[in-house]
Amino acid sequence: MSLLVEEATKSVAAPAPPKYSAKDFQSDQDVRWCPGCGDYSILAQTQRILPDLGIPRHKMVFVSGIGCSSRFPYYMNTYGFHGIHGRATAIASGLKLARPDLSVWVVTGDGDGLSIGGNHMIHLLRRNIDIKVLLFNNQIYGLTKGQYSPTSEKGKITKSTPFGSLDYPFNPASLALGSSASFVARTMDRDPKHMQLVLKRAAEHKGTSFVEIYQNCNVFNDGAFFKFTEKDTKDDQVVFIEHGKPLIFGKERNKGIRLNGFTLEVVSLSDGKYSVNDLLVHDETDTTLSFILADMTYKPHLPRPVGIFLANDRPCYDEEMTKQIDTARQKRGDGDMKKLLNSGETWVIN
Amino acid sequence: MPEKPTQTLDEVTIRFAGDSGDGMQLTGTQFTNTTALLGNDLSTLPDYPAEIRAPQGTLFGVSGFQIHFGSKEIHTPGDQCDVLVAMNAAALKVNLGSLVDGGAIIANSDGFNDKNLKLAGYSANPFKDNSLQKYRVFEVDITKLTALALQDLNLSSKIVDRSKNFFALGMMYWMYNRPVDSTIDWLGSKFGGKPEIAEANIRVLKAGWNYGETTEIFNVRYQVGPAKLPAGKYRNITGNQATAWGMMAAARKAKLDLFLGSYPITPASDILHELSIYKNFNVKTFQAEDEIAGITSAIGASFGGALGTTTTSGPGLALKSEALGLAVMVELPLLCVNVQRGGPSTGLPTKTEQADLFQALFGRNGEAPIPVLAAATPADCFETVFEASRIALKYMTPVIFLSDGYLGNGSEPWLIPDFDKLPDISPTFRTKPEGFLPYLRDEATLARPWAIPGTPGLEHRIGGLEKQNITGSVSYDPINHETMVRLRTEKVARIANELPLAVVDGEKEGDLLVIGWGSTYGAIRSAIATARERGKKVSQVHLRYLNPMPKNLGEVLHKFKNILVPEMNLGQLSNVLRMRYLVPTIPLDKVQGLPFKSSEIEKKIEEILKGSS
Repeated sequence: MSLLVEEATKSVAAPAPPKYSAKDFQSDQDVRWCPGCGDYSILAQTQRILPDLGIPRHKMVFVSGIGCSSRFPYYMNTYGFHGIHGRATAIASGLKLARPDLSVWVVTGDGDGLSIGGNHMIHLLRRNIDIKVLLFNNQIYGLTKGQYSPTSEKGKITKSTPFGSLDYPFNPASLALGSSASFVARTMDRDPKHMQLVLKRAAEHKGTSFVEIYQNCNVFNDGAFFKFTEKDTKDDQVVFIEHGKPLIFGKERNKGIRLNGFTLEVVSLSDGKYSVNDLLVHDETDTTLSFILADMTYKPHLPRPVGIFLANDRPCYDEEMTKQIDTARQKRGDGDMKKLLNSGETWVIN
Repeated sequence: MPEKPTQTLDEVTIRFAGDSGDGMQLTGTQFTNTTALLGNDLSTLPDYPAEIRAPQGTLFGVSGFQIHFGSKEIHTPGDQCDVLVAMNAAALKVNLGSLVDGGAIIANSDGFNDKNLKLAGYSANPFKDNSLQKYRVFEVDITKLTALALQDLNLSSKIVDRSKNFFALGMMYWMYNRPVDSTIDWLGSKFGGKPEIAEANIRVLKAGWNYGETTEIFNVRYQVGPAKLPAGKYRNITGNQATAWGMMAAARKAKLDLFLGSYPITPASDILHELSIYKNFNVKTFQAEDEIAGITSAIGASFGGALGTTTTSGPGLALKSEALGLAVMVELPLLCVNVQRGGPSTGLPTKTEQADLFQALFGRNGEAPIPVLAAATPADCFETVFEASRIALKYMTPVIFLSDGYLGNGSEPWLIPDFDKLPDISPTFRTKPEGFLPYLRDEATLARPWAIPGTPGLEHRIGGLEKQNITGSVSYDPINHETMVRLRTEKVARIANELPLAVVDGEKEGDLLVIGWGSTYGAIRSAIATARERGKKVSQVHLRYLNPMPKNLGEVLHKFKNILVPEMNLGQLSNVLRMRYLVPTIPLDKVQGLPFKSSEIEKKIEEILKGSS
């Protein structure tokens, strides 16, 4: 970091971490999402967990691309950058590399992050720059008024696909894992407690955190996730995966997931054939297991996995970049432009 | 043996040509460095194919390197060469057209076997059918002589074959009275880990030199004395290296970290390579996944308080357009370097052109004014890119710096500047929360404050949506939009207030002004010098600032009867001048992927002056 930056950003206030409430993270801007939009819940949960992180507000930056989700930074009383379509991840990468001292968050959607910005997303994940990515997945293009997105189910009837979409959807969690992400999780707008837990873990993770958030677009894709979020169906349709715990689900908590070879199967815990001991136990540090669990996503006979698929430590690009620079400065000393200009083969004309 | 006679010349142009795997660029670079150390003025032109190793012996695989050096001022790599070193038949075929009548051909006879002749499209050996009568031809079996020089070293035939360029280099060193020492030093350090290769090349280099000394076929040597350049300490520098160093110098002056987000692209990649070395200068280089990530990461870095920069060539600039618009909107400093090449599309990746001027000036959606500067010579890249960075930081704006393949790869001696005397760059970060508004502008420059994340009390949001004047809140108000469009335009226009006025070289009014920009400088200057020697009155203006233009330019232009605009495009500057100043201009366009020959401009000057007298 240059001296100039250090001077500008040194806090004059006492170094004690400020005591914030959620309110301190609300900006003065009116929130303009459609009434009933799932985005409200994500904004609220984020504002709720941020005070617990012990990071001063002025050290936080929310970066977004284009789309409904990308209005998020305007509503946060932190630093914010509303970028261009698909490029939030790249803008954030440059910011974090220039300023490793900042807490950098990306807010994006299924279109912004996986379609137009898909390339930057996979490269951010493989580099493992210490950035938190919140991907609002509503399986539709909202801001452009209802075209299908790269996570829409095949056959989706929309304005641009009156005869049904032909594309097979991305499974964001599998895509992230395939890009060697170090932290991959899924949560849901209508499960605030779970979301807070996941967001906190994401914030604490060192490296790129990828959080897919199921978000209801009540105008263009209402109820896309109701099966997983609503009381009547949730328990039988969702399996919450937790580190060190067996995969149990169902209203009566009487169903489990068992690994049979490389295949997952649902087994009953009430017919005496299988017990809890036969079930798959989640290990969020196991990359292979994370792939298997994420792959449940579009399998109709399996419940939808929700939770933290993977939380793994591996070197962060930003830290390694800083290390290279520190090493170079130790070895060669602070760069001297005058010396450089006069280095190598030179000659004098009198 | 009696000393061979030495003839003194005031300038010479040599072209080294061979297969792209023959090491011609390296040979040319070594000859250049040695020549620079002798105090000659010089200018070089590497000319190589886009394929890394095109099939051996083919016409499209020919790689060339031309150096023009002298004891007088040298402004171009030379219209034609006096000496052509041809390592094979294809190299001769491709380059013979650029050899002056009476010029010398030094050919590796082994490169003219039946297979080579056929690949080059010769029906007969040109050395045997009298077709080269107007040249002085020296056939030397370089391959065999190289092998003989190395026969006791037990080297692989591949290593032996790869050494033959040093035989040619040795011969040329002898012929032009150049010492072999600096190349020997270079080989020693380059192949420190492989002493057998260093040894082989040194031996072959000396063998080539001794061959010149002892053989009967060369009966004269040439002496080219040092040039009368301004006093001082010099080094040789390419445009791309000068660009990289200029960027670093600007960041150092500004006391900022330099961040480069870049995607490899010919002919700009060398800037990325060069900057990647200097981590101890707090230079952060980020090889992004594409051109768009290159520029947007740089914008992110600028938001964080670094000098954000990105480097590219024409196709990359096209991909960066939207992000340039974002930088205009968020009003952050950003340097965008475009080393132009032949276009459109992939075009001619390794050839030079100036056809991105319109793209730089206008290639964005909406009203998106961006300052544009262009370098005139390889060494001038340093000062111009430094100036471009200064403007970006002072006015909180993206700036496009235009170089081109010819400048980027070309080199010339450079009077090393005194870092302390470079113009001041002193950006300040806003720190005071009282009265802070993200778009409250400086009264003089109209720049908005640079408030970087991490500063307590200045939390704010920026973005690509239109901003309300002063507060920076999102605004869709129609009148506000027009106000902001005009403010952004005015901010860039005001830069002209501090720019140097256009300086006319020659008479301030008259029959003919030749005006150019970028790398045509040398060719125009040489052409004008020749015309003046013939008693013609011709004036010259060369533009570094293409947006905004110097304040007096209209006035200057209107004082001339004819305005000639030579450009390596179809008249882009010419059109801009007509549009801005309502002056008739005479375009002289060349789009062949090659720089102008000064004779081409000379001819046009003659033609115009004949018509007007």
